[in-house]
Amino acid sequence: MFTLPGTDIANVVYIAMVILFIVALQRLSDPKGARTGILWAGTGMLLAVLVTFLLPGMGNFGLIALGIVIGGLIGYAAAIRVKMTAMPQMVAAYNGMGGGAAAGIAAVVLVPGGLAAGIASLSIAGGLIGAVSFAGSIIAFLKLQGWMRQRPIVFPLQQPFNLVVIGAAVVAGALTIIWGGPAWLLPLFFVLALGFGFLMTLPIGGADMPVVISMFNALTGVAVAMDGFALTNYAMVIAGTLVGAAGSLLTLLMARAMNRSIGNVVFGAFGATEEEGTAIQGALKPIEASDAAVLLSYASKVIIAPGYGLAVAQAQGKVRELADLLEKKGVSVKFAIHPVAGRMPGHMNVLLAEAGVSYDKLFDRDEINPEFASADVVLVIGANDVVNPAARRQGSPLYGMPILDVDAAKNVIVLKRGSGKGFAGIENDLFYRDNARMLYGDAQDSLAKLVQELKRL
Amino acid sequence: MISEVWIALYIAVLAAFTGYTVIGRVPSLLHTPLMSGSNFIHGIVLVGAMVVLGTATTTTEQILGFIAVVMGAMNVTGGYVVTERILQMFDRSKPKKGG
Repeated sequence: MFTLPGTDIANVVYIAMVILFIVALQRLSDPKGARTGILWAGTGMLLAVLVTFLLPGMGNFGLIALGIVIGGLIGYAAAIRVKMTAMPQMVAAYNGMGGGAAAGIAAVVLVPGGLAAGIASLSIAGGLIGAVSFAGSIIAFLKLQGWMRQRPIVFPLQQPFNLVVIGAAVVAGALTIIWGGPAWLLPLFFVLALGFGFLMTLPIGGADMPVVISMFNALTGVAVAMDGFALTNYAMVIAGTLVGAAGSLLTLLMARAMNRSIGNVVFGAFGATEEEGTAIQGALKPIEASDAAVLLSYASKVIIAPGYGLAVAQAQGKVRELADLLEKKGVSVKFAIHPVAGRMPGHMNVLLAEAGVSYDKLFDRDEINPEFASADVVLVIGANDVVNPAARRQGSPLYGMPILDVDAAKNVIVLKRGSGKGFAGIENDLFYRDNARMLYGDAQDSLAKLVQELKRL
Repeated sequence: MISEVWIALYIAVLAAFTGYTVIGRVPSLLHTPLMSGSNFIHGIVLVGAMVVLGTATTTTEQILGFIAVVMGAMNVTGGYVVTERILQMFDRSKPKKGG
């Protein structure tokens, strides 16, 4: 049951959808075609959904339509309103929905019981992975949204405990396949799977979330493929596997950009332990906006290193104004974009693009790093961990993370809300360096003051 | 006759390599839109949810199937709108090079 014979029309449409999806993925990974990529994928999806209504043997049309309308409206309303800065948690939320749907499908297939072992195994696998992805994505969403502590949540014997939970889930799943009951076994299986998803995400800190979201994205793809096997729906098999493979690669690429291994991200509880010894020498040296403006206007080369704080303060527009003003004065202005500036790789590019900063002023880490030594002033705006020279020191929790070498510049002005620590919870050596000055305040206000002062000069 | 699950497995192997190869050279700048876009693509789970709800007979099956359809539809619409909005940002600032 639950497998429907495809009609010729349905198969043709599903094949067309597969082609559209593959082309879409290809376009999405190339700057020139990215915009049209999602259109291709959207067309494929629309066709596939429509033709599914026409499959022979389908019923419950009212319920299906109602479900699509409700889910569609909620999804649309939330996605259209959310600010660009909150995009990462939206991706997590919608990924969680996909995982939940995959788990739901598996549950429907498994509930009647009496399945062949093969189908039952595939459904259990789909249900397990889908439920873990759902629960994990929800935690990721809550943490990024700030509705939950972002710091890693750790307790004694956490990893062994998690291992026991996932082990129990696997055993419950295996017994469901073998015995097909009793009735409480399947719900228990799902509860354990969901529990593991929650538990495994708790100890992961906010800084690692992009990698984790990408991992759950790939996992949802795999869960969808598993369901596809169980339903003998090749469209689901192919689309799910595509996402599983592409998502896995993307996860590796992201982890590499942060110089972290996947294992370290998942089991590391990064930032939970405080660094010992090596107290930082020196003091924080504040600077007034007027002095900072003078420094900027007499520079010949200024590099701006924006971070998440800029996005939080919604100051993308102001930073553009500042850059334009400086350029009018004959100062060369460049933006240094760390691969993980913001909350996700590429996030900062999106935010600056939104504010209208031209592409050719944005430079990634490898391009800009040799240039810091020749910069007169580097403006660090709401960035912390990605400019922390501690990453070069062995023994620091940040050790090995690729950073922007802003400390090489003649002057570094750090725009910062207060003297707190960064996302990773680690003190920043940079702020104590002789060439560093702190300009405290909300990034939006500080930039507005700088612009004002510059206009006066 | 080879069973359909095996055919599906052969297909999955090819699809896995396709997924891996197709995004092979993605610049870090596009990581976020690509993640969001692939997030949309696994929204195909909606099709599966429609099929199980469409063939569900008992109330339990219908409730579970309905939840799956709602969540799948959220995945699809939300994933599309988020990706589209991110990519829109890129487009506007782009210097016009023949479209």
